[in-house]
Parts: sequence; structure tokens; C-alpha cells
Amino acid sequence: MAVIRDLNKDKMDVVEGSYAVAHSVKVCKPNVISAYPITPQTHIVEDLSQFMADGEIPNCEYINVESEFSALSALVGSSAVGARCYSATTSQGLELMHEILFNVSGMRLPIVMTIANRAVSAPINIWNDQQDSISQRDTGWIQLYAEDLQEASDMTAQAFKIAEDKDVMLPAMACMDGFILSHVYEPMVLLEQDLVDEYLPTYAPEYTLDTKNPLTFGAFADPEIYTEFRYLQQKAMDNALPKIEEAANDFHKVFGRYYGGLVDEYETEDAEIILMAMGSVVGTIKDTIDGLRAKGVKVGLLKVRSFRPFPVEAIHNAIKNAKVVVAIDKNISLGLNEGALFTETKASLYNTNIDMPVIGRMIGHGGRDIPVSTIEKIVDEAANVMKSGISVESQYADLKEELL
Amino acid sequence: MSFLFEAGHRGCAGCCDAMVAKFVLMAAGEDCIIISPTGCLEVMTTPYPESSWGVPWIHSLFENAASVASGVEAGLKALGKFEKTKVIAMGGDGATLDIGIRGISGAFERGHDITYVCIDNEAYMNTGVQRSGATPFDASTTTSPAGSESFGNQRPKKDMPAILAAHGAPYIATCSLGYPKDLIKKVKKALDVEGPTYIHAHAPCTTGWGFDTSKTVEIAKLAVQTGLWPLYEMEDGEITSVKKIGKQKKPVEDYLRMQRRFKHLFTKEGGDEELKKIQVLADKNIVKFGLE
Repeated sequence: MAVIRDLNKDKMDVVEGSYAVAHSVKVCKPNVISAYPITPQTHIVEDLSQFMADGEIPNCEYINVESEFSALSALVGSSAVGARCYSATTSQGLELMHEILFNVSGMRLPIVMTIANRAVSAPINIWNDQQDSISQRDTGWIQLYAEDLQEASDMTAQAFKIAEDKDVMLPAMACMDGFILSHVYEPMVLLEQDLVDEYLPTYAPEYTLDTKNPLTFGAFADPEIYTEFRYLQQKAMDNALPKIEEAANDFHKVFGRYYGGLVDEYETEDAEIILMAMGSVVGTIKDTIDGLRAKGVKVGLLKVRSFRPFPVEAIHNAIKNAKVVVAIDKNISLGLNEGALFTETKASLYNTNIDMPVIGRMIGHGGRDIPVSTIEKIVDEAANVMKSGISVESQYADLKEELL
Repeated sequence: MSFLFEAGHRGCAGCCDAMVAKFVLMAAGEDCIIISPTGCLEVMTTPYPESSWGVPWIHSLFENAASVASGVEAGLKALGKFEKTKVIAMGGDGATLDIGIRGISGAFERGHDITYVCIDNEAYMNTGVQRSGATPFDASTTTSPAGSESFGNQRPKKDMPAILAAHGAPYIATCSLGYPKDLIKKVKKALDVEGPTYIHAHAPCTTGWGFDTSKTVEIAKLAVQTGLWPLYEMEDGEITSVKKIGKQKKPVEDYLRMQRRFKHLFTKEGGDEELKKIQVLADKNIVKFGLE
């Protein structure tokens, strides 16, 4: 199913991305919001604070914590008593949460958090890339990446539905590129309360901290049992794969909009070259593809919506008939010189019968602009791989040699 | 007799944590939720699938018990379940005075209706007796050992009650497991007062301090009777009651001599001078809090 945007213009508002997400959080009826301000996440929490001040979120407590460490720690307690929980952060804030990220997923608390993706320090930089959330890939959180404001807004409700599913019970990050999505105004449809009520069930966890049925949460596990807890977390990730598809399909039924489930495809059917990407760069790539298609270049896009769980099967199905694949990354694993989408896609093809050259190109770090010309250059390199094989497997596509 | 904190845990014989936890639950009753940071109390009471806790209990991390407690309180309020349930964070001195102080500061500044109980055994016992901000002057620990050039820990204890008084906490009390009735009374009061309240319980550790397992209570009493651990209550920043020592007043040597961690003060050259310094600390407490 291709992207479907059944947008009724009468229902559309021009709003900032952060406002759209805050509105989505509101209509998902959270019980506890706990957040610490950090650029470029601030507008989301400011808008939520205003909703609270205006009495627009009933049965909800907003905790103005003293750090991101406490923002997420507080939600451990709130989620454990059965509250629907939300936070938002980015970059240094997310890195400060690192220890609690593991803890939340290990305790199977389905907290939803928006990440307004931003570069990490040093050097300090407030602009967009995805190093922050990608660096948390092993913490046991579902990670979804949005292409534009409408998807970021809609993904918020989907994230709650997926995370709180009884077969999943894992926390989820709904990632939106900082500034590029968080601070941009676009015409879009804000989530309607009645439709959200139809789409998102009430959160009713099986186990809570309840004085009538006292349970122990967060016991320590010795070598006899630790592995099995970790195995069950992975199992929950496996369970999330079809649930992410379901959440997207159900969303389409209720709201009439669809962006793909685990992945989405654009012009891939006959594509020789497939670019893979996550987040807002997808829009730029689609424009580039439109231009190149007009010139007869058989290029398509595989948009990865779910990075955790990593949708191996969906990716293989989408790329298996191409001649070359390029993974585009707004992150780097220092010491490997590869972005995560590239590394994982390449690794997933090993031991399969798909014999496919895959190259990786890292772009747009620290908010560097990504013009169509950079994507075109990458497509040219991919065309050369088809002709003469891989010359450079992975590199920055927008390095300024003159500054080195 | 059945307790909300059950026997059969993995604590040492004479364990101070177990005693304080039991007393706190005797004060709180069954309608409470306990949040424990990482530490002896957590490890010894919850080896999966066993638990000593007859009330809802949660452990998250070492440094975030107060933040988790904030969230428990907020979650209960949002769900309309807060009315009678008491939210109690209870952990060691390292989790309280050192690594967890940011979260405690935040929770107290925000004014959550929680009670935080510090079980102060004056070092990181769970990891093998390393010094903390609560380790007293001249105590030998594994990271502040006495040696040819050192009498052990170089600094006095951090004054945590004063720090939380500065946060405007409506009720703060020090107590000791040597005086369980006093401890239980103060915990009850802390739970009844609205807002963030703090209980700092002095708790001698048989393993870390080096004394016979039958002496936990005796040593706890000596800390109070020497003036080294004054018992008092603070309401809205003012001291409103103290436990007088009176005729029971003992020299600090009586307390220190029973503990391996202070043995060097009695065997090493110059120890006499150090004992005088510790006596000065006790005497200052006696004057400051009006203990005589």
C-alpha cells in the first residue's frame, strides 16, 4: 500500500510540528507527563504545559523535573502504578537517560517518548542528525522515524498503541528530526479526539504497584534467570513487528492516512537503484527521485519507519529485485566509518541468497543541509557501482575537504 | 507474628537495613508503596523470584529512588488512587547523600507528597565498604583506609538533614535503630505530614563497621549517647524536639573502641589527638542541639 493522505482541507490547520505532536499527546490522554527542557524539544513541552495550565488534559499530572535523568525515572514509577506516560527529549538529554532507557524496557514499561533528533556534543551542536537515538538502539526501545509533520503527529498515537499492546509491552521512541520537523509549520490535520478514542484503547496493564495485590518490581536476577528476561525482551521486539504493521493499518481504517508500516516504498517496483533512509530526508529523496525518473533513471526509495525492531524481512522484500542499494545515514559508528542503517542492512543480507551490492553514505550531520544535488551525487555513485562494482563502501557524502 | 517485611531475606545476622525496614513498615502499615534504590536492602530482599516485601515495592536504579517516588505519587494522583496510599523511598546513604542527591533535591523542591528514608550505615556496604559522603571523620573504609600516612576518611559527614531543610521540607527527623519506638513515631509523623518529608536513620553495619553481630543495637545507642548522632525533629526548618542525652552521656571512645573501622585510632601513634578531634565533633553537636 502506498502512502495515503486522505486529507480533508476543511479540517487542516497550519501548525508547528511541535504543536502537532503536543496535540497528539493530549488527545492520547496521558496520565503523567514528565520532561526537562532541551532544544529543539522545548516547544513540545511548552505546548503541553499550556494545555495543562488551561485544563485541557484531564486526569494528568505534569512533573517539571530537574533533569532528563529524573524525567524518565519519574515515569518508571508512574508507569508502574498503571499510568499512561509520556516524555520528550533529544541529544544530550537522551544520552543522560541512557541508564534508565535499559531499565524501562527491562521492566517492560510502555512509556512513549518523542525524540526531536539532534546531534551530540562535542562539538556542541543543536541541529539535526540522528546520532542521539541511533546510539540508543540496544536499549530495548522501539524506534520509529517520521518523514513529515503529519506522520510525526500520527505516529505518536501509533506509538502508544504499539507499546501498550499486551504482546509487546515495550517503551517506544517516536523520532522526528529536530528543527526540520519540530520547528516547521505545515498544513496538516490534527488528531481528532473522537477518532483517537476509537483507535487507542485505554491503558490497562496486567501488573501494577497496587496495595491490594502487593507485587515486587525490579527484583535482581542472578545468572540462573537473567538470560531468560533478556530473551523475553527480544521476543517482545519480534512481537512488535506485526503490531507495527497492524497499528498502521488500523490507523488507516480510522483516520484514512497511511505511511507504510515497518517500511514504505516509493518508485521501487522497477528500481535498479534503491536508496534507504529514515526521517525527514525521505522528502528530499522523493523529490530527487521525481527529477531523476523524468530523466529515465530507475531509482526508488525504501523508507524505514521502524529501526527497532529492525524489519529484516520487509527490507529484503523491498530491495531483492534491485541492482544496488544505498543506505543513507544521519549517524556514524566511529571506528567503523559506517552508519547504522548501512551496517545493519548489509549484515542482514549475509547468509541469504540475495546477492546485492550495498553501499553506505552518511549525510546531514549536525544539521548540514541536504540539497537535491547531494542525493543526485549519491545516485550517480550507485549507478557506477552497477557498472563497475563498489569502489568506496561507506563514506560521508557531504564532507568539505577544503576544511580539513 | 507476621510482618510486612518478612524474615528469610539474605541480610547478614544483625543487619541494620532489615531492622530499619521492618520498623518503617510497622509505622506505615500495608497501604504504602516502597521505592528502593540499588543497595544492600534491595539485593538482600528481592532475589528473583523471592521477595521479603508484603507491600508493593519497586527498584529502578541506584540514583533515582526519589524521582521514581515522584512518579509513583504523580501517577497515583492522576489515577485518583493517592488519597490513602503512602509513598516511601527507602535506601542507603550512598544512594541518598551522593549519587541520588540530584533527584532528591528535585523531588523535595517540587514538593511531592512522599517520605524519604535514608538508612545511613556510613559507607557503600553493598559493594564492599567504600567511603561515601556519610562516612564519618577518621573511619577506615576500603577507599579511605587508614595507613602510615592516614587516619582514614578525611572529612566529616555531609549534613543531609540541613540540605533538605534548606529545600523547605516541612518535616525532617533523625533517628536511630537503637531507639525503635522513637523511629516508628517519627516515621508515622513524617507520613502524616503533607509534602516531602525526610527521615535519616542511623544504622550500624556489623560487616562494614566491624563489630559482633549481637551489638548492632548497642552500638547504635552509643552513637546517640556520645552526641555523635543527635536525634532531633525539624518542622518547617526549625528544630522542634531533641532527644536529651543527660546523664547517659558517654565519651566517644566508648563508641569508637567497639568498631574495627576505628581500631587504628587506638593502635596508631597520634591516635589520641584524633580521638580528641572526634570528641570535639560530639561536643559541638551537644551544644548545637542542646542535648544535655
